[in-house]
Amino acid sequence: MKRTGFSGDKVISGVIRITGYSSILFVLLILFFLLREGVPALFSTPLKNLFSIRWYPIEELYGILPLFLGSLLVTIAATLIALPFGIGTAVFLSEVAPSWLRDILKPVIEILAGIPSVVLGFIGILVFAPFIRKFLDIPTGLTAFTGAVLLGLIAIPTIVSVAEDALDTVPDSYRQAALALGGTQWQTIWDVTLPAAKSGVLTAVMLGIGRSLGETMAVMMVTGNAPVMPLHLNSLFRPVRTMTATIASEMGEVASGSQHYEVLFFIGIILFLLSLVINISASLISTRSRGRAERLLS
Amino acid sequence: MRRFGLFLIISVLLMLTACANRPSPSPGTPTQTAFEYLENKGSDTIVNLALAWAERYQALFPQVRISVTGGGSGTGITALVNGTVDIANASRQIKQEEIAAARAAGYDPNEFVIARDAIAIIVHPSNPVDHLTLQELSMIYKGDIKNWKELGGEDREIVRLSRETNSGTHVYFLESVIRMGDSKDKSIFSADTLLLPSSEGIISEVKNNPNAIGYDSLGYITEDVKLVAVSSLAQPDVYILPSLETVSDNTYLISRNLYMYTLDKPTGAVKAYMDWIFTPEAQQIVKELGFIPILHSEDQP
Repeated sequence: MKRTGFSGDKVISGVIRITGYSSILFVLLILFFLLREGVPALFSTPLKNLFSIRWYPIEELYGILPLFLGSLLVTIAATLIALPFGIGTAVFLSEVAPSWLRDILKPVIEILAGIPSVVLGFIGILVFAPFIRKFLDIPTGLTAFTGAVLLGLIAIPTIVSVAEDALDTVPDSYRQAALALGGTQWQTIWDVTLPAAKSGVLTAVMLGIGRSLGETMAVMMVTGNAPVMPLHLNSLFRPVRTMTATIASEMGEVASGSQHYEVLFFIGIILFLLSLVINISASLISTRSRGRAERLLS
Repeated sequence: MRRFGLFLIISVLLMLTACANRPSPSPGTPTQTAFEYLENKGSDTIVNLALAWAERYQALFPQVRISVTGGGSGTGITALVNGTVDIANASRQIKQEEIAAARAAGYDPNEFVIARDAIAIIVHPSNPVDHLTLQELSMIYKGDIKNWKELGGEDREIVRLSRETNSGTHVYFLESVIRMGDSKDKSIFSADTLLLPSSEGIISEVKNNPNAIGYDSLGYITEDVKLVAVSSLAQPDVYILPSLETVSDNTYLISRNLYMYTLDKPTGAVKAYMDWIFTPEAQQIVKELGFIPILHSEDQP
């Protein structure tokens, strides 16, 4: 009995170990594949072409700058929209709302997370884009801003659920101590609970940014996909083309191994590096701020 | 957990059967015992027509199963060359490099002109501009004309709409309208042209936006948008609206052939289907969907 239990234990922990390592393996395989397919673009396409400002593959113009800046613009705008709503909702759910309201709100937010992005894109194209065009009196409603609002909607549930979990893990004794010292509820939230949960909240924000950066379908439907350089003040209210939408709409037609194919994979590498940077900075910030928060509160 | 395992097994089985069905080089006439499977993929312009044909054909010959998907002309031809489909739909002619790719794979692509199509230029119903020359269209899409008032319309910025670059319609429009058929001309779309992923996207934006101009296959145009008449080549001051008649007699300038491609000369079930497409019954469906039938002398009264 004892021996079989022991070996069963060993098998299970071995399996778990393999699943744990497998994710590292998958990431490495994906990275390897991306590099193998994408790096040749640096040799087959002159750098002057690759980093030019015009994207038009039919004429072999592969300037990725407008796509890169387009993705950046939409992602930053989406984050600015999702950040206050996401964290505000998380704070409300965890600190302010009575439990019955919380029981209603949480499932509703989970439903929001479950709406497929293509459905949001459809609503965006039929309802939101025409509304924005009339409301702001701009030439077309298919703009970076329209995409950013939809991405914000997509990122909010992620931010809310992760940030709320982080706030929930703050021990009640912290709040009680703050209140006992005469702090108002707002002071308690702002000066004690949020700083204590800072690392989790930052992780939530970074996950939200990653979600916006990688989202494809909704963005492709509502941003107009015009590869313009978004350098003007009103660029937010003009069409842009993102890297993800470009890969999605052009991957199907390219012959594998062609120059266009390699450039699309090169864009994939850039996306991969961007999300890597976001993840690394998230973990750096969270470890550093955790140290400070612990010093502060101990 | 057990249910999940079952699901996994079923999906793997489904995948296996899907693989087994794929290429069906059918010997002789369809037999009663087994289904004939035809895969048909490509141009989004043709997809509705191909679906209508497939439905009617399956009703006539229940032993044949035809699956039709869109994705763009380039996508269809790529799939044909890769051997994943039997028939590729294309709204443009096959390119030299695509022929070369097919030859490298050991096939010789075979072309059929299956219908004709007009590219209609569309604007919002409230737009006072109702006719344009080819030259003006070219300048609009190149970005040389930026405001409707330059064309006698209201003071509104022009919002240019186009299909994505993998669309045969996009390539046709580039060559025949923007470059006006001049193969040495290397002008391209203005960078701020909106590239929309679907015909529906173009129609819905034109329908809602008084600033917009778009183009799409005549078969997709709905009642909510306004057609723009285009100057004719023979008489520059005569403007022509696209219709069955003006495309058939070649007075409407922006029209093109629609194609299907097979690998080598078709045999068996593929041949039977391709032959049926040129019957009056199949060409009547072309007309019903807003495209222009291919005129075969023997079919004409």
